[in-house]
Amino acid sequence: MTQTESSPGSSPEGAISGAELRLENVVKRYPGQKAAAVESLSLTIPAGEIVAFVGPSGCGKTTSLKMINRLIEPTSGTIRLDGEDIRSESATSLRRKIGYVIQGGSLFPHMTVATNVAVVPKMLGWDSKRIATRVDELLDLVGLDPDRYRDRYPRELSGGQQQRVGVARGLAADPPVLLMDEPFGAVDPITRQRLQDELISIQRELRKTIVCVTHDIDEAIKLGDRILILQEGAKIAQYDTPDTILAAPANDFVADFVGAGSSLKQLSLTRVRSLDLGQPTTAHVGEDTGPVVRRAEEAGDDSVVVLDDRDRPVAWPWLRQVRHNDRVQSTPRELLVTLDQAATLNDALDTMLTSAHSKVIVTGDRDRYLGVVDFESVTEHMRRTERDAAQQMQDAGGHEAVDADG
Amino acid sequence: MAESRPAPVPVVESDDDVAPEQSARVITREMVIMLVVPPVLVAAVFGAFVWWRQTAELDSVEAQQLRWGVIRSLMWEHVQLTLVSAAIVVLVAVPLGIMLTRGRFRAAAPVVVGIANAGQAAPSVGLIVLLFLWLDGGFWTAIYALSLYGILPVLRNTIVGIQGVDPTLVEAGRGLGMTGAMTLFRIEVPLAIPVIMAGVRTSLVLIAGTASLACFIDAGGLGEILQTGISLFRFSLMVTGAVLIALLALLIEWLGRVLELATRPKGI
Repeated sequence: MTQTESSPGSSPEGAISGAELRLENVVKRYPGQKAAAVESLSLTIPAGEIVAFVGPSGCGKTTSLKMINRLIEPTSGTIRLDGEDIRSESATSLRRKIGYVIQGGSLFPHMTVATNVAVVPKMLGWDSKRIATRVDELLDLVGLDPDRYRDRYPRELSGGQQQRVGVARGLAADPPVLLMDEPFGAVDPITRQRLQDELISIQRELRKTIVCVTHDIDEAIKLGDRILILQEGAKIAQYDTPDTILAAPANDFVADFVGAGSSLKQLSLTRVRSLDLGQPTTAHVGEDTGPVVRRAEEAGDDSVVVLDDRDRPVAWPWLRQVRHNDRVQSTPRELLVTLDQAATLNDALDTMLTSAHSKVIVTGDRDRYLGVVDFESVTEHMRRTERDAAQQMQDAGGHEAVDADG
Repeated sequence: MAESRPAPVPVVESDDDVAPEQSARVITREMVIMLVVPPVLVAAVFGAFVWWRQTAELDSVEAQQLRWGVIRSLMWEHVQLTLVSAAIVVLVAVPLGIMLTRGRFRAAAPVVVGIANAGQAAPSVGLIVLLFLWLDGGFWTAIYALSLYGILPVLRNTIVGIQGVDPTLVEAGRGLGMTGAMTLFRIEVPLAIPVIMAGVRTSLVLIAGTASLACFIDAGGLGEILQTGISLFRFSLMVTGAVLIALLALLIEWLGRVLELATRPKGI
């Protein structure tokens, strides 16, 4: 597969607001240590992409990340942000232009959520009105109700909520680059999956350049437009799109690191949006049920997806329940489980297993309804990729045989 | 709706993992007890003392020493000695402690704490007398001695408090583009305040107790009643001095607790 396929070129929602990052022969050597922590790392991170740095602990991935915002100064080499050497300005003013998100959020416990988010804008001298608007906007973006959470202290938030505020704080001054250091390491798996989905959906809108350090290859596969797999000394084992890394690991180290069960990993590599979505009957809240029921019967559907005035799915009643009322009823939106279009097939299967419909509703930006995914479409997709992969293997095997003969 | 079947809306978890049921400021039962009991106790014991003072038959020496005017001025002296010394301690020890956690001074921290430790280990009477021999007696000599004596807890707690701030928070601050001074004053110091204030309270109590010795170098304080009682062997004076000093110390301890609570940043 080519990298354009999984690069954000395929999701043209937002304009790129990120900037290119280029590392040129970057070395970090600590005095008194024989081996360099980072020995000559060169790499280009294209604007607007998420690049995940993965590798075993101690491979230098966090060191590499921290050199980008000069929390660690490289021993030699150059890092360029948008073509400009990052040493051309002071470390503090550089850092105010680079968002920084840390494991667990690392919120300042003595500041409210709003003050935490406002740290960088305040240092940049924004006026208080602009800051207040921006804080509310960001809390909204990361899925926290501003009125409810603005004045809380971090200890009054759950781990996942703290992490959301951490992301909001990183994005506060609208930096072109966002550095994330094990951002979702400290939350439970369900919350982590949600936060990852939300990050993907936020990124679809903002198109920042995001560098995300993680030790979890699954997280890297899910989040990364590209993945940088590092070996000890921050030697590049492979730097490519998730598809290529899964399909063609560059060496044994990568193959080991990516691990077994790569067809299961394919499940977490494929996004729901690449499936053909089913289009069952939909209705809007408050509509007369008569025509709705007729439409559903014509289409042979036994349930109806109810949307609110902003086309967000709110309920999914059976046809029999719809007939009971004159008008289409709504339920609180939170009660309906939906999937973002960026969710993986893994998440989709997981959600379907607990759904009464054995299907799941897929939503796009700002929770707008897109369609429905069912079990058959997932298995069909898997069978197809498996067939393609087998075909490719056969072709490759044939070539090798020819080479051996010649 | 006579629907036997459960609603088809699959109800899983709510919108997010649930936030803990906590208020921003934690007030434990212990805190409440420590805030309420001492003033009540002090008031009760002081009431009993007033009743005894008004009803007891005193000889002329006792009556002279226990006049309300005398007691009031001695107590005021004692309070002055304590508060002025404590203020000097805070003004010196907090900045010194902060400095000893910064870059190149960090190496000196153990040495300075060691000196402060030795200073406190020295007998307080010795310290006061030494300063008396050097500086002569009086209020300010007593203040110097008391300040020297009370500096250790604040100094140590300032250093420990600042060193105890989660380093990832400091790094978060720097990563967001705070300067060194900003991380210090916006993150490290506020987060260290509870520990520093605990040191201030300890120091206040130490100073209040030691101020009883100020009378030896002519600096007044409630120690005078005690000293007169001892030298003239008046049991009532000894008890009165001891009780009043104890009450004042308790009250100052309590004041320290109130201060601790009042200065604690919200959210921690």
